[in-house]
Amino acid sequence: MAILLSGEWYDLRDLANPIRELIDGLGLPDAADYVLWSLIAALAIVTWLVVSVIAFIWIERRLVALMQNRIGPNRVGPAGLLQPIADAIKLLLKEAITTRDADRLLFWLAPIIVFIPTIVVFAVVPFGESMVLADLNVGVLFVIAVAGIMTPAIFIAGWSSNNKYALLAAMRTIAMLISYEIVQVLALLSAVLFIGSMNLGAFVSWQDEYNTWLIFIMPLPVVAYIIAGAVEINRSPMDLSEAESELAAGYHTEYGGIKFGFFYQAEYMAGFAVAATVTTLFLGGWTLWGLEEWIPGWIIFLGKLYAVFFLYIWSRATLPRLRIDQLMAFAWKFMLPLMLVNVLVIGAEVVVWEETGASRNIALPAIGALNATLAVILVVGWARVLGHGSGRQRGYRATLTQEIGKIYYTGAEAS
Amino acid sequence: MDSVNLEHFLVVGAVLFAIGLYMTLAKRNFVGVLIGIELMFNGVNLTFISFSRFVESAEPLNGHIFVIFVITVAAAEAAVALALAVLLYNLRDTIDVDRMDLLKW
Amino acid sequence: MEDTGAVVAFWILAAITVGAALGVAAVRNLIHSVVLLIVSFAGVAGLYITLSADFIAVVQILIYIGAIAILIIFAIVLTPRAGRLNQEGFMFLPALVLAALVAGTMIFVAFDTSWAISEREGFEDTATAIGDLLLGKYALPFEIASVLLLSAIIGAILLVRPEGAEEGPE
Repeated sequence: MAILLSGEWYDLRDLANPIRELIDGLGLPDAADYVLWSLIAALAIVTWLVVSVIAFIWIERRLVALMQNRIGPNRVGPAGLLQPIADAIKLLLKEAITTRDADRLLFWLAPIIVFIPTIVVFAVVPFGESMVLADLNVGVLFVIAVAGIMTPAIFIAGWSSNNKYALLAAMRTIAMLISYEIVQVLALLSAVLFIGSMNLGAFVSWQDEYNTWLIFIMPLPVVAYIIAGAVEINRSPMDLSEAESELAAGYHTEYGGIKFGFFYQAEYMAGFAVAATVTTLFLGGWTLWGLEEWIPGWIIFLGKLYAVFFLYIWSRATLPRLRIDQLMAFAWKFMLPLMLVNVLVIGAEVVVWEETGASRNIALPAIGALNATLAVILVVGWARVLGHGSGRQRGYRATLTQEIGKIYYTGAEAS
Repeated sequence: MDSVNLEHFLVVGAVLFAIGLYMTLAKRNFVGVLIGIELMFNGVNLTFISFSRFVESAEPLNGHIFVIFVITVAAAEAAVALALAVLLYNLRDTIDVDRMDLLKW
Repeated sequence: MEDTGAVVAFWILAAITVGAALGVAAVRNLIHSVVLLIVSFAGVAGLYITLSADFIAVVQILIYIGAIAILIIFAIVLTPRAGRLNQEGFMFLPALVLAALVAGTMIFVAFDTSWAISEREGFEDTATAIGDLLLGKYALPFEIASVLLLSAIIGAILLVRPEGAEEGPE
């Protein structure tokens, strides 16, 4: 773990140097040294995560309240700033209830397993120049794989509660997560195709070298990834696993006290994880067109990360929740074909660029313009094909709901 | 105990394979049988990767390629076998392999 | 591998993998069995990392934990009246003997053979090399594997499709 001495007072990395000297003075074997260092770095990341979560509980509630013309929490401390701490104390002091006939071991284990993927993702994310815990060659794949651990954890939570709403919500979540995982993988695949590496650091340095962000070159997969990320972290409008109008509170219906607190916090952390991935892969990571010379990289990175996270807060405040069949149809009928076409197009562009050997000043704007046009054409065209065209009412319209789950269609195409 | 060699990994692979074999042969629940098969796959994959790492070879990465194909086939197999389990359940209301005896004399 | 870290990691991971696998066979409840199976898969992924097979390790997590374990869970949940017990049938004893014999033979062979151990260090970047091999030398098996997956998808859908399924909202 290389330690840099930049000499700037604001550079967090220099804080590590006294600790470094202290540990070097102990004269430990290499393996123990490595473990100790990893633990310290992991502790720093977890501390940042927890502080961010506490801050964002307050920020999100105030922001959503502002958007909905309410006031929000403003009683505990100045402007309600101490509200998250009051919430945490409340959750800690509550009785930890285990339902009758619950699978005790798994019930207790599930909140802990949910935590693992959300924290582990940050191991491969570069926070700044050489501020990465594990510089994996297969970082992008690692991000997807680790997010996949979430699925069994949620199932365990839902199943062990011995509650039909929890189990239903868990099965629903698994179906959603698996569907959108495919979209996510295809979105990242086109990015990996273009960059030619699966290392997250390589993404940052590529975007730094070419002075552009991947979002300008391939808008469609970025949007798809952000939408799929909203599903992965269960945020509205995709928060069907905890749709309180249908499923009580979803897979954590039976969880109370600090166990619920674990789920709540893991959800925020997963949100930061997705935002960190989007930032690193598509928004240039810790670079900002040379500004990282003046401002420390990790401040730029965190600024972008919080900006992406703000998108999720915004969508939560404004968009209504989707129905489960709409959500699944959106994944399989809409996003999946578009992503497949997109991978094909990006691959063709990479080959053409290599064959013609065009200079980057011509190639990158051309590819960006082509992809943006294509994205608009694909989205609008495919929506028309599926019968969601604008104005002309070509789609099915539900006019009468007679039984639960069965909708009768009338109109031009309902013959 | 102070160094890890090929044999150590082979033993782990062999034990995984044997546990999987036992489950495949002995379990009554169809899902249990499938779990056994997946464990056997894992044992075999571990053996491939350890050979790939330790043994002298002109192209050492071939073991990795083989594991990728094994994983592909395992995924296809799991999907079809679990579809079969659900189908059997719909037809006979049980997935106990001891009671799948239509073809028995 | 003489590195202390690698040795310690191997023993811990081997204990987790084998212990969880034994638990998979011994536990009575099928759901617990699947959870232990996931632990065992994760242990195998860790062993892959000690063997410097980082790509395969991540693929192991992605496919075995993220997909196959989930499929097994789906199969358990979709067959509710079949029972969640993980008990043995009447072939319990012969199976145990056979498995013990197989394990014994393989362990004996592993220690008896003098393997052509190479002095090579671990791999540096497996993902690129595997990609080159898959789309170069092994392009044909790669394509066949994709056809196999496609046919498996279609087969699985056909198998569980209910009789006389409706053709969408008409």
